[in-house]
This record gives sequence, structure tokens and C-alpha cells, in this order.
Amino acid sequence: MKAPAFLYRRPPDLDEALALLADGAGGAQVLAGGQSLMPTLNMRLSKPDMLVDINRIDVLRGIADRGETIRIGALVRHAEVLESPLVARRLPLMAMVIPHVAHMAVRNRGTTCGSIALADPSAEMPAVAVALNADIVLRKRGATRTISARDFFQGLYQTDRGDDEMISEIVFPATTPDQIFGFAELSRRQGDFATVGVAIAARNGLGAIRDLNVVIFGSEATPLLSTHAAGISIEPGLRNDALTDIAHGITEEMDPISNHQGRSDTKRKQAAVLLRRTLHDMRERAAHVGTA
Amino acid sequence: MSELHDVAFTLNGKPVSARVEARLHLADFLRHTLGLTGTHIGCEHGVCGACNIMIEGRSVRSCLMLAVQADGSNIETIEGLTERNAIADLQREFVARNALQCGYCTPGVLATAAELLARCKPSRAEIREALSGNFCRCTGYQAIVDAIEAVAQLPPDRGT
Repeated sequence: MKAPAFLYRRPPDLDEALALLADGAGGAQVLAGGQSLMPTLNMRLSKPDMLVDINRIDVLRGIADRGETIRIGALVRHAEVLESPLVARRLPLMAMVIPHVAHMAVRNRGTTCGSIALADPSAEMPAVAVALNADIVLRKRGATRTISARDFFQGLYQTDRGDDEMISEIVFPATTPDQIFGFAELSRRQGDFATVGVAIAARNGLGAIRDLNVVIFGSEATPLLSTHAAGISIEPGLRNDALTDIAHGITEEMDPISNHQGRSDTKRKQAAVLLRRTLHDMRERAAHVGTA
Repeated sequence: MSELHDVAFTLNGKPVSARVEARLHLADFLRHTLGLTGTHIGCEHGVCGACNIMIEGRSVRSCLMLAVQADGSNIETIEGLTERNAIADLQREFVARNALQCGYCTPGVLATAAELLARCKPSRAEIREALSGNFCRCTGYQAIVDAIEAVAQLPPDRGT
């Protein structure tokens, strides 16, 4: 199908973009990479009055090292994240996850911030932002505010962002030497949206894994940060069946959506398997680092 | 009647300019306005990869980009890539192995392969991963992977 008619504006600077969003009274939408927006237009699932194309606003470009944090601007494409030595070194979880995001041609256009703004439940970037406790910077005419990714996602495709706001950048805490990460997802083919996935950030102290930030996504309406996992410590000699118990404990918190990808109880079992495998893998790596 | 926007870009080495509706996507602009029908449309929502073209040397879904967004960019379609012999080795290996049957997905597959080969000397696993963004319903992919691998194995000054 073909997209409905809409007004198109390509403002040269951020102030003008924010003015268009403010004056649009909810009818104006930001166009960055367009890799999710364009399909919804072509299928006529969305009908904006106006698209505000932000691709010529230079201040929105770039990945920046700010010492304790890494900044990803609204125009940073997935491909740029994938190829960034800075991300590989200082955001290892992001580097681990990004090859799973879509396909090469889509990664060449799609943006990290756009993925988070859309809040598709099966997208990886929201889960990574929650696991790492990233800050999301929202701009509107005359105001800037920062919200934790952990408070940003509110429901299926619903976030705390107002219609007159746009994400200008996302600020991730840079990794510290004692951190350890894990990621796994189940999808029908490489690059597809995940049926269920897990993203984990934790601390490794002498081979024991603590401060577990376990996020389950894909199966839930929003990325689920496990409260159960936060109190758990995985000691070096922990038996495999104990890991299985931990995985099951975490999946008790899930509220999986039943859909064409599977039933609710199936997804809970799939998540338990992914968790057990990922925690097992992290325990092996932690032991290796711990004895080094 | 909706607004028209000026758009000017380089297409297959030559300047192109036009006035387009904002809602017109790039694939339709290439096919219907310019008559370059080598770019194919399969799903029109970014899943199948038949419409992949090269923008600034990178593969892009032309159905997921507005024609007006092409303004100022350097674009190559299968016609341009063929004309300047940029993918001649790939085309020869595809023909040698019958790495296509109906051929509908082939222009998009070649764009993906061209970007992949420009970037690295891919393994079979990497080739398959790159092809995950291109649907082929005829070949089962085996011959496509073989053809791309054959080009990857060529001496550096020969590969496309």
C-alpha cells in the first residue's frame, strides 16, 4: 500500500523542530531513521498530519565519550553503534546486542533513540536501556528533562514522552571493570523481532556475580526489570540445578502476552531456558576473570 | 492536492532533480517516475529486501525512505552498479551457479552482497547473516551463499 498524504518539514535546527512539534498539537511526528515509521505509513496504520524530518540537525549526531557516561544522539544509526570502537570498549552490553537488531540495510538507517521512542515490546534497545539504567533526554520547546529508562516505558508502544517532546539523546553509564553482561534472545531468524529475550548487567566480585539487573523483553508489554534477581548472588561453585531454580524464580515475575509467536506459558518456559543458559555463561566468564 | 517538494540527488553517477509529493517513497520514485524498474518492490514494509539500493555505498530499503529524503545524496541502483561493472564478479558467479530462479529478489540480494564484500571477506556464516535481510523463495539460498563466497575468495584486486 501507499502512505497517506502528510505535510513534510525538514528543519535545519533543533529549535525549529521543537516549534513544529509544539505547534503540531499531537499531529506532528519525528522522522529520524523511519525504519518503523515508514512501514506503519505504507500500511496506513498511522496517519500523521506532519512529519518533522530531523536528519539535517547536526547537534543530534554522534556518539560521545563523556567520561562516566556515553552519549548517543538522536541521529545515531544502529550501524554506527555496531561499528563504534567506543561502544565496543565502554558499552559492552550494547555491542553484544546490536548484531541482533534487524538487518544490515535497516541498521544503516534505523536509530537507537528511534527504537527507544517507539517502544516496540520485542525491540532490543529498550531492554538494554533499562538493564544499564540509561537516562533519556527529552526536549520540547523551551524545556529539557531527563528521565530514567526504568520510568520511561509505560505500556505497549506507550512511553512517558509527550506529543510535543522528542528524544534528543540517550546517556548510558559507561561500563566499569567489575561489570559483567549477558544477552540472549529467541527469534525465528537472525535479526527478527524477539519472541522473548534477556539482557543482563551485573557485578563480578572474585567470581561471584551480584547486583543482577535482569531484563526480560519481547514477551512483556514493556521491558521487565526483575526485582527477584536483584537480591541474588551467584557464587562460583553454584550447581547448575540451582541456576535453573534462579531462572524459574525470575520468570515468576513475568506477565507474557499470548500471540502468534506463542502462548504465555510457552514464553515463560523459553525465558527460563534463556536465563539459565545466559547465567551459566556469565558464571563461567566470571570465574575466568576472577582467577585471572 | 498535497504539497510538492524539490529533490535533487546523484543517481548512478548522474544528477537527477524532480518535484515530488512527500508521501512518495523512493522505490516508487525510482520505478514510476524515473522508469528504473530494476529496483523491485516485494512487501513495501521493509521485510523482504527486494528494494535494497545503495545510498552513500550502503544498502538501504528504498521502500522505507521518502523520495524527498534522497535530496543531496549519492544513490546507486542495480542499473548503475551493473553499468559501471561494480558487481560484475557477483553477477558472473550468480549466473554460473543458477543462484536465482525467478530473479525477483536478486537486485536487492546483490546490493546486500556488494555492501558486505566492500566491508570484509565474509565467512559463510557472515554471508548467511547478511542475507537474513533478503527473502528468496526460489533458491533455498545455498547457491546464493556459494556465489557470494566465491567472490569473497577472489584475490583482493579482483573482488567486487
